[in-house]
Order: sequence, then structure tokens, then C-alpha cells
Amino acid sequence: MIRVALPYHLRTLARVGAEVSLDIEGPVTQRAILDALETRYPMLAGTIRDHVTRRRRPFLRFFACGEDLSFESPDSPLPDTVASGEEPFLIVGAIAGG
Amino acid sequence: MSKVRVLAGTRKGAFILTSDGKREKWSVDGPHFGGWEIYHVKGSPVDPNRLYASQTSAWFGQIIQRSDDGGRTWFQPGTKPGEPTRTPEGMPMGESNKFVYDTSPGTGRPLTTHQWYDGSQHPWEFKRVWHLEPSLTDPDTVYAGVEDAALFRTTDGGKTWRELAGLRGHGTGPQWSPGAGGMGLHTILLDERNRDRMYVAISAAGVFRSDDAGKAWRPVNRGLVSQYIPDPNAEVGHCVHHVAMHRSRPEVLFMQKHWDVTRSDNGGESWREISGNLPTDFGFVIDVHAHEPETVYVVPIKSDSEHYPPEGKLRVYRSRAGGNEWEALTKGLPQRDCYVNVLRDAMAVDSLDPCGVYFGTTGGQVYASADAGDSWAPIVRDLPGVLSVEVQVLK
Repeated sequence: MIRVALPYHLRTLARVGAEVSLDIEGPVTQRAILDALETRYPMLAGTIRDHVTRRRRPFLRFFACGEDLSFESPDSPLPDTVASGEEPFLIVGAIAGG
Repeated sequence: MSKVRVLAGTRKGAFILTSDGKREKWSVDGPHFGGWEIYHVKGSPVDPNRLYASQTSAWFGQIIQRSDDGGRTWFQPGTKPGEPTRTPEGMPMGESNKFVYDTSPGTGRPLTTHQWYDGSQHPWEFKRVWHLEPSLTDPDTVYAGVEDAALFRTTDGGKTWRELAGLRGHGTGPQWSPGAGGMGLHTILLDERNRDRMYVAISAAGVFRSDDAGKAWRPVNRGLVSQYIPDPNAEVGHCVHHVAMHRSRPEVLFMQKHWDVTRSDNGGESWREISGNLPTDFGFVIDVHAHEPETVYVVPIKSDSEHYPPEGKLRVYRSRAGGNEWEALTKGLPQRDCYVNVLRDAMAVDSLDPCGVYFGTTGGQVYASADAGDSWAPIVRDLPGVLSVEVQVLK
């Protein structure tokens, strides 16, 4: 199971806790995680990446294992510890305006 | 006795304020969608318990929320035809937040750029829904005015949204440019007598009219004068802040422009200034009395850079003559040290007699008058900054 940590407002939108677990078949990539997340929680479509371009929204970043993965290819394999569920894939909202 | 429900959208959630027809004692319910910007909440005229809300965030984009029980519970209406509205786990389904510009050659000319602040052309980029206007006849049909300026419509209760591409595609789109607050389509007026006629207003482009239910559009800005644009009498480029009409006289329009309060008596074909004795003719809101089509309300704001009331006095101005002659309404409003603004969608009138008038401020106050503006009292004082105010009278 892949663990995905969501920012507060997306938790309230999807009515879930701080983390959700997803089953993913095949290579574990950013795209695979986001596809699975939006399938499981359709109300999150468009909130993390653009509906059309599929690009990450500007104020969101992706982290895992202490690394900023925001600018990695969406099809690059994620670390084994994410694929195994040992480490969560973090979707983080920018701290802005304060 | 009638019940009154005020729908307030704020910087940090939606609030529902209710009272009986006396409009003296109010209850406050909220925040709904706490922490999200709620640009607008509005109910269907034919099904008042059907509410639509625009929930938005610079981080997470646009969400459309719907309530079928007057705001007690909410859900995202998006789901595909024939599919359940909830997942087996009870999650709301859908993509009601999907606003995608129509660039198909079949339904309108592909149009991808508008004028940017520096005069260059800039791609059209969806940011948020500013205004939701439910149909006068069908609770499942709603129009949405968005930033960057375009008009969308749902006919399935908010599940899916399609652009009425004839507005952006009619020809002047590349000359539209954003105002300081963005390039928003903020006003949608539906003509109760001629169901094919509708108006929209855009900052900074102007007013546009359709006479075929939204397919074809043309600018209707003749007579507007804006000294801050290269051609003050241009066909488009005017920073219209808000437009209001009285339902019994839909050919008469009242406008609060960036500077100037104006009116049209012929469906926007021509405009004339009616600022008269206002202390400043800058402002954002404008509305019309529910039973007196020549009684108009504005809230003058000092200049286009300071954005607070002149002299620190919060004053609503009322004209009973359709403009030019204005009286200050001050009873119950702060007359010293007040530096709030009243944004363009933050005034509404109810249909009771005497007419109720409501407005919200960037300081978080929602004021109500149960006597057509003669006196005012705050319903609530310390909400987040108010973005929009609507009111419903429930039998």
C-alpha cells in the first residue's frame, strides 16, 4: 500500500485523515499515485494538478524521504521506501502570505 | 411570517444569516468550508433551498458546492450521468470543479490570448469562479462568471460546466485586460421578460449583451467614458465594477464603473452619467430597490488607490430619482475611523416591504437595513472579509 499525506484543506474536501492508502499496480510514480488518488477521491481532481495540462499546481510541492521531488518527471520511479509504504508520499501546500 | 436568509461569502468560508421578516434578530451559521475563499453563494429563484457556492483557493483551485436543503448540508454535484453521486464509502463523486475553456473550432473561434497589464498578449488562464447566477426557471441551470473572463453554464445542477464560447470569441477578446483584481466576469443579469436576453460585465472590458440566450454577444458600452484608457470612448476596455437592474424594467441598467455611476435606458445601447452630487463616484457595489425601480444604492469609496470611505465615514448613498440626486444614509453606520471597503458583489436587497438592504465589508461586518436604508444595524461584526452578499425571502 502506498501512503499519501494530504494538506489540511484537501483532507477536509475528501473527508479523510492526514494520510490515505492506495493500491497501485505497476511502477510507482508521481503520475500513478495521482491517478490512483483522483480515482479513489474524484473530488480531488483538479486540486493538485491542472485538469487539462496535468501539471502540478504552483503552490503545491511533492516530497518523499526528505527530498523535494516536485521537479522530477511524473513518470520517474519513486524511492523503494515509498513503493513499499515505509515512507509516505507528501503533498505539501506552500506556506505563503505570512 | 416570512423568513430571511442572507448568504455571505468571505475570505475564510461561507456564512448563513437568518431572521424572521422583522429582520431584527439574527442567527449566524458557519463557517462552511472554513479556510477557503467563498467568492459567491446564491440560491435558485425557483427552488430557494437549492444553493450554489463558489469555493476557491490559490493552492487547490476551484470547487463548486451545492446544497439542496438551504445550506444545512453541501456536496460537490459533479458526477457523470447515470452514476451515483456518492462512492460506496459515502464520498461525494465528481468533477464539478472542471472549468475548461472551449477552443474548439466548431463552437467558437479558438481564442487563447488577451491583453496583459503591459500591453502584450497573454494566454487565457482559468483562476476561479467569481459569480454564480442560477436560472430564473430551472434550478439545474446556472451561469458562472469566471476569471480569466468567460461565461460557463451548467444544465445538470453543477455536475458539468460548458463555456458559452461566443462571448470570448465574438472578436474583442484580445483587447480585454485585467483590472487590479484580475480579469473577472463578475456580473450576470438575466432578463425576466425576454428569456433570450442576458448581460455580463467584465473588468476591464465592459458590458456585453446576448439576445439569443448566450450564443452570440456584442459589447454595449457606448457613452461610457474612461479617462484612464488610451481611447476614453473605446468600444471595450472599460473597468465596469458592477451592474444592476430592476426585474420589472430590465431595459434599465445602473452601473458603478471604476469612476462614474451611469445608467442606460435602452438595454446598454447608450449610457449616461448620473454621479450627480456623490462625494466620489468611485465605488464597487450598486443595487436597485425591490419595489421602486428608480431608487438606487451605492457606497462611494475614496479614489482608485485608497479604497476606503471618504473621511472615514461609511455612508450608503440613495437616489430616489434614478441618479444625479443622492442622499447619504448614515444612521447606524460608523461615521468616524472607518476604513473598510464594500466589494462589488457584497450588496443585496430583499423583496419584503419595506425593502431590506444588506451589504458586507472587507472588515467582516454585514449590515442590514429593514427600512430601505433609512437606518442600519450590523447582523454580525467580525467575520472574515466579506466578498459577496445575497439574500433570500422564504415563505
